[in-house]
Amino acid sequence: MADEATARRGGTASTATPNPTEAAGSTQVLPAAPARAGRRGTRPGLRKGLEIAFFVTPALVVFLGFVVWPVVKAIQYSLYNWRGYGPMVDFVGLKNFTYVLGNTVFQGALSHNLIIMVLSIAIQLPLGLGIALLLNRKIRGRNLLRTLVFVPWVLSEVVTGVIWRQMLQADYGLLDTLLGSIGIPTPQQGFLGDTSYALAAVMVVLTWKYLGLAIVLFLAGLAGVPEELNEAAQIDGASWWQIQRRVTIPLLGPTVRTWIFLSMIGSIQVFDMVWILTGGGPAESTNTMATFLYSWGVDRNLIGVASAASVILFVIALVFALTYQRLVLRRDAIDYVPRKARKAATR
Amino acid sequence: MARMRARAGAAVVLGVSVAMLLAACGGDSDNGSEGTDEPSAGSGDEAVTITWWHNSNTDPGMGYYQQVADDYMAENPNVTIEIEAMAHEDMVTQLEAAFQSGNMPDIYMERGGGELRQHVEAGLTKDISDLAADTISTIGGSVAGWQVDGKTYGLPFSMGVVGFWYNTQIWADNGVEPPATWDDFYAAIDTLKANGVAPLSVGAADQWPLAHYYYYFALRECAQDTVVNGLAEFDFSDECWNTAASDLKAFVDSQPFNDGFLATVAQEGATSASGLLANGQVSAEMQGHWEPGVMQGLNDGTPVENIDWFPFPAVEGGAGDPAAAIGGGDAWAASADAPDEAVDFMMYLLSDEVQIGFAELNMGLPTNPAASGSVADPALASLLEFRDASPFIQLYFDTALGTNVGNAMNAAVVNVFAGADPATIVADTQAAAELE
Repeated sequence: MADEATARRGGTASTATPNPTEAAGSTQVLPAAPARAGRRGTRPGLRKGLEIAFFVTPALVVFLGFVVWPVVKAIQYSLYNWRGYGPMVDFVGLKNFTYVLGNTVFQGALSHNLIIMVLSIAIQLPLGLGIALLLNRKIRGRNLLRTLVFVPWVLSEVVTGVIWRQMLQADYGLLDTLLGSIGIPTPQQGFLGDTSYALAAVMVVLTWKYLGLAIVLFLAGLAGVPEELNEAAQIDGASWWQIQRRVTIPLLGPTVRTWIFLSMIGSIQVFDMVWILTGGGPAESTNTMATFLYSWGVDRNLIGVASAASVILFVIALVFALTYQRLVLRRDAIDYVPRKARKAATR
Repeated sequence: MARMRARAGAAVVLGVSVAMLLAACGGDSDNGSEGTDEPSAGSGDEAVTITWWHNSNTDPGMGYYQQVADDYMAENPNVTIEIEAMAHEDMVTQLEAAFQSGNMPDIYMERGGGELRQHVEAGLTKDISDLAADTISTIGGSVAGWQVDGKTYGLPFSMGVVGFWYNTQIWADNGVEPPATWDDFYAAIDTLKANGVAPLSVGAADQWPLAHYYYYFALRECAQDTVVNGLAEFDFSDECWNTAASDLKAFVDSQPFNDGFLATVAQEGATSASGLLANGQVSAEMQGHWEPGVMQGLNDGTPVENIDWFPFPAVEGGAGDPAAAIGGGDAWAASADAPDEAVDFMMYLLSDEVQIGFAELNMGLPTNPAASGSVADPALASLLEFRDASPFIQLYFDTALGTNVGNAMNAAVVNVFAGADPATIVADTQAAAELE
C-alpha cells in the first residue's frame, strides 16, 4: 500500500516541487535587499523571513514526511530482498530492478499503461472536444446536459467499478442480457473474462468515467474565448466549422495541453478501476504497473520487488511529466518566447 | 490468499471496535510475560496475562471460547486471558500488521506451510515441540503442516479437505451419481451438459479455487514423496507435475464450468461460484469444508438443502493414492516471546473436552480423534470420515509454498485456463522460486 501511495505521489511531486524551492529561495534573497535602509537594519527582512518560514513550514513538513520520506524508503526497500517483517538484511543491489524489468507480467503491465494512455487521449480528446463545442452553443437544456455529462466523473471510482462489473458479467449481466435478447453473440467468458476483450472493456469504462472531466475542462476553456473573435470571423464570412477550426480550437490550446498532461499522468498511475473490474486478470491481460506492484507487494509479500516496481513507476511518471512540461506546457507560460523569435531578436 | 471462512459479517463493526479498545491494552500483556522465565507451564504462582486472537466473532463460537477461557482461568488463578474475537478478514489484516510491528498476541491462528516457515525464519513464532509434546502425539499426522525442520510450531484445531459439493436433487433428476473415476466424472459432465445444466462453478477471479484443481491432479499423478519434497524444495522437475498440468488442460477443454468463470469471484454475492451452487444455477463446485457455511451465509442464513459431498475422483495411472486429499486448517500458535502458560492453554484448547464441544457446535472439523464422532452436520461428518481415513492430507500448495511461490503457481494455473501452454505452470512456479 505504501508503495502505491509513494508511486502516486510521484506525479504530484513533480508539480509540487517548484513551490517549496521558490519559497526557500526567496527567504535567502530577501534579507539582503534592505541593506540600504541602514538604521532599521535587517529587522523587516528577518520578520518577513520568519513569517514565510512560519507559513511554509507546516506544508513543508507534510511534504517531506508524506512525499519525500516514502520515496526515500521505497528506494531503500527496493535494494533489499525483504518480506515486510523481520530485519531487512539481505542487500541485493539492483537485482529487484532487473527482475521487474525482465518480468513479462510487468512488461505487459507497462504496455497496458501505454495503451491506456494513447487510447485515452485518442478517444477522449476528439470526443470531449466535439461534445464541448456542441454544448457551448445556445441550445435548450444546456445546463442540464452539461450536468449530466459530468455525472460519471463525480461518481466514486469504486462505485463505478462495481456497477460496471455487474453490468458486464457473463450471462447475468445487463449487457449480456440486452445483446442476447437481440441476438448478438457475446463472448462466453463475458467481456471482462475474455483475454481479448478485457482491456477494451476496461478502456470503455475508463472513457465513460473520465470523458466528463475533459468536457468540463474544455467548456471552461471555451468560456475564455472572446465572443468578438467569433463575430469578427462571422463578418468575414467564416462558417461555424471554420470558426471552430481556425479560431476557437487554437485558442483552446492551453486547456487541451493541460488536460493531456492530467490524462497522461492518470493513465500511468491507473489502479482502482482496473483492480475492481478485473484485478489485473484474466491471465494478467489487464494488469497495470500499479496493480503489478500491489499483487507483488501485498499478495506475494515481495516488498523489495514491489518497491523496485514502484520506483520504476515513479521514474516513468516523472520523466513523462518533466518532458511534457519542458516540450509542451512551456509554450503556455506567460513569458514564453518561441526560439525563432528569440533568434530574430538577438540578430 | 483470501481463503475465507465466511462468517456472518454482522459483528464486524463490533469486532473492529473491540479490537481497537483492546489494542490499547495490548502493550501491557507483554509485561506479564517477561516475569516468567522458568518453564512453570501453568503451575507457577506469578500472575501472567495471555492475549488470544481468534475469529469466532459470532455466537455460539464466541461465547464458547469465552467459556473455555473462563474455565481455564478458574483452574489457573494466576493466569488472565484477554480475548480479541475478530471477523476473519480483519484478523488476517491485523495479524499481518502485528507480524510487521513485532507487537504480537501471545496466541494467534496460523495456517502453516510456507507462511509459517516465513514467520519462523523471522523469529516470530515459538517452538512448542517439547512443551506440547503430549498434545502433538494425540493429534498425530495432522500436525505435519505446522512443522519446520522437524520442530512443531502450531497445534491444528480444525482440519478439512477439499472436495466436490453437489446438489443431490439436480444430480438425481439427471440420473448421474457421484463418480469414482475421472471417466465416470467426464460421463456425468457430458450428461449434465446435454441436459442443459452447467456442471460446475469456479471462482477463477480469486485464482485459488481454480488452482485447487491443479493441486489435486498433481496429488493424484505424483507419488507422495514427490509432492512433499517438490513443495519443500521448490523442485518440480519430475514429469508428473507436467502430466498433472496436461490433465488440467484436458479438463478445461471439456468446458465443464459456468459461463464467465474467469471473471467469477469465489464467495461474494449471488453470482459468485458459491452463490451459483446455492441458487441451483450449477450442479456442483469443488471447495473446502467451509462451503456449507458460505452458502448458508449467501442464502439469508438458512442452510442450503440437498447438498452432499464427494471426493476428487481417482486418476487412472497416477502414482498418487486415490484416497489422499488436499486440505488445510487452522492451528493455534504462540508468538516467540509468549509465556509458557500460553502453550499450556493451547494444549487445553486441544483437549478432548474442549474439542468435543467445538465439534458439537459445528465450529469446525476437530483434529483430536476423541471428538471425531461429535460433528453434528451429516455432510461435514462424512467429510470428516473421509479425512480421518485418508492416508495423506497435503496442505494447499499455495500455503505450503508460501505467499510468493504459491501465488505464482495460482496465477499460472489461471493462465492455463485462459489458454496458456500447460508447461508454464511448472516454469512460472520455478521462476518465482528463484526469488526465495
